[in-house]
Amino acid sequence: MEKFTEHRGTAVPLRRSNVDTDQIIPAVYLKRVTRTGFEDGLFQAWRANEPDFVLNQDRYDGATILVAGPDFGTGSSREHAVWALMDYGFKVVISPRFGDIFRGNSLKAGLLTVVLAEKIVQRLWDDIEDDPATLVTVDLVDRQVRWSGEVHDFALDDYSRWRLLEGLDDIGLTLRHADDIAAYEKRRQPWLPTVTSA
Amino acid sequence: MGKTLAEKLWDSHVVRSADGEPDLLFIDMHLIHEVTSPQAFDGLRAAGRPVHRPDLTLATEDHNTPTDYTLPLIGTTSITDEVSRTQIETLRRNCDEFGVTIYPMGDADSGIVHVIGPQLALTQPGLTIVCGDSHTSTHGAFGALAFGIGTSQVEHVLATQTLPMDRPKTMAVTVTGELPPGVTPKDVILAVIAKTGTGGGQGYMVEYRGDTFERMSMEGRMTVCNMSIEWGARAGMVAPDQTTFDYLRGRPHAPTGAAWDQALEYWKSLRTDDDAEFDAEVTLDASRLTPFVTWGTNPGQGAPLGAVVPDPASFEDESDRLAAEKALAYMGLEAGKPLRDVTIDTVFVGSCTNGRIEDLRAAAGVLKGRKVADSVRMLVVPGSVKVRAQAEAEGLDAIFIEAGADWRQAGCSMCLGMNPDQLAPGERSASTSNRNFEGRQGKGGRTHLVSPLVAAATAVTGRLASPSDLPIA
Repeated sequence: MEKFTEHRGTAVPLRRSNVDTDQIIPAVYLKRVTRTGFEDGLFQAWRANEPDFVLNQDRYDGATILVAGPDFGTGSSREHAVWALMDYGFKVVISPRFGDIFRGNSLKAGLLTVVLAEKIVQRLWDDIEDDPATLVTVDLVDRQVRWSGEVHDFALDDYSRWRLLEGLDDIGLTLRHADDIAAYEKRRQPWLPTVTSA
Repeated sequence: MGKTLAEKLWDSHVVRSADGEPDLLFIDMHLIHEVTSPQAFDGLRAAGRPVHRPDLTLATEDHNTPTDYTLPLIGTTSITDEVSRTQIETLRRNCDEFGVTIYPMGDADSGIVHVIGPQLALTQPGLTIVCGDSHTSTHGAFGALAFGIGTSQVEHVLATQTLPMDRPKTMAVTVTGELPPGVTPKDVILAVIAKTGTGGGQGYMVEYRGDTFERMSMEGRMTVCNMSIEWGARAGMVAPDQTTFDYLRGRPHAPTGAAWDQALEYWKSLRTDDDAEFDAEVTLDASRLTPFVTWGTNPGQGAPLGAVVPDPASFEDESDRLAAEKALAYMGLEAGKPLRDVTIDTVFVGSCTNGRIEDLRAAAGVLKGRKVADSVRMLVVPGSVKVRAQAEAEGLDAIFIEAGADWRQAGCSMCLGMNPDQLAPGERSASTSNRNFEGRQGKGGRTHLVSPLVAAATAVTGRLASPSDLPIA
């Protein structure tokens, strides 16, 4: 995973709530067995059917921060939703509330998901709609979002922050504790089910 | 202070706990399928890592598989979509290379991953169960801690049989009262979601409590727990009781002899202590419920069948109002229209929510001696090969076929647009599945979530209906 310290870029206002992962990437794209190349599936139905959809507007070309309404990433656990956002070029998603599984997936894969209060998100929407060139800074070191003189702290647990700052591989971190895992395995009850014995 | 069931399950699986770090949880059972696993196996291969516990890992094929094949299957030739076929073949190759047991499509033990786990008794009280699928919460019906994970976590579990996680908060959903006739567990959970909204359970492990759940069958509890994720909950669970133990006894992987007695003693301890406290509580009176259906494009946009399509202007919250406007436009519905006047093109009975034997019995009970309306196509898709066989042994297939429904092979089918069973653009369904998202059942398709009883009655009338709307058969 790439290290994430600070990101500065322009942003897209997605004024929708309850954007489920089926909207972020429809199931038909999930048949692929690769981990990259999902940008064509991102918001596929909205991009295809709504000429005014924000990602179809030239004024937001090159934006790297997606600013969405509450309950972004609900529904299916598909990590492809995170990959599609990253493949398209997004580095950060801001929303008042995320679906739990999507949030976990994003932080594992290196897409920073930032929770800001709904009224702050609305202010950010207004500002980037007024001026799409507005530069937004997402600072993971200080856990702050800054734009046009606005400064807002966001919460992220220390552990996730550290992993992102260092770009660390979760599995590698866990395998440092292989002895603890082995000790736990010894304590497990013998009658617990296994797939191989019936 | 005592502990909640969720806390007991959590604490008993902590491998390692350290300040400022997530707990490292041991995973007792890892279920995998073709869609969310290929990139995880690639990751193992790239890092030269084996599957740590193949004996605690089970694979099956469900999302991509067609449901109109005939047995015996030869290879994957019945999958006409090349990309789907590649994904299934990739899973088989990965399982072979990494020594993971797989029940391929058509196998006697295959089916939807959340149907076969309980059926085999690989789902048991007290276990931690994960799968790269958000409906893994289903297994919580047995008093297990079960939740969906992403592909990075699938790889993590394959490599280590553990997951680093922060402990979610706890919530009690207490439902009391006898379900009125025609009201099912599906209606209970749809009513809970409409009450809480799709984000209401976010950050919580939910325990469903109260006499309504105590009286409920395992199939019903699974339907309820299955949809926990639809209101944002990380996991949903019901404390195990005699109903649970009776369901498990004698199944393939259930303990036997002295091991059964030991297991049973432990399982009986898996209850929330009287002096335990939940971080949040929701209550509902089941005795006042009526059949519930959704009118919008998220599972929280539901209403009693006897209601009308709501007016977006009636929502106080601005984002709810915008969401309702957008949903009605997508669904092609106008505010004020009685839900019973909504005409339906396709009825789907199946999925990990309502594809079990009891669901098929309920639908067959309504259809017996009746006909599916000429304007309606009805798909009945058992959740597993075993469910299909049992239904056939009970003669349910004959009832469905006689009524004019399409009796199909097991799989996820029309719950999601990944296999040939899909809605056409603009086509409207009454579906016993779990998600009414835009395009979920096929591009441009419109979904109303319903119970198996409402699905069957709707198939007869061609409009959203409950069995009580039908003339005596």
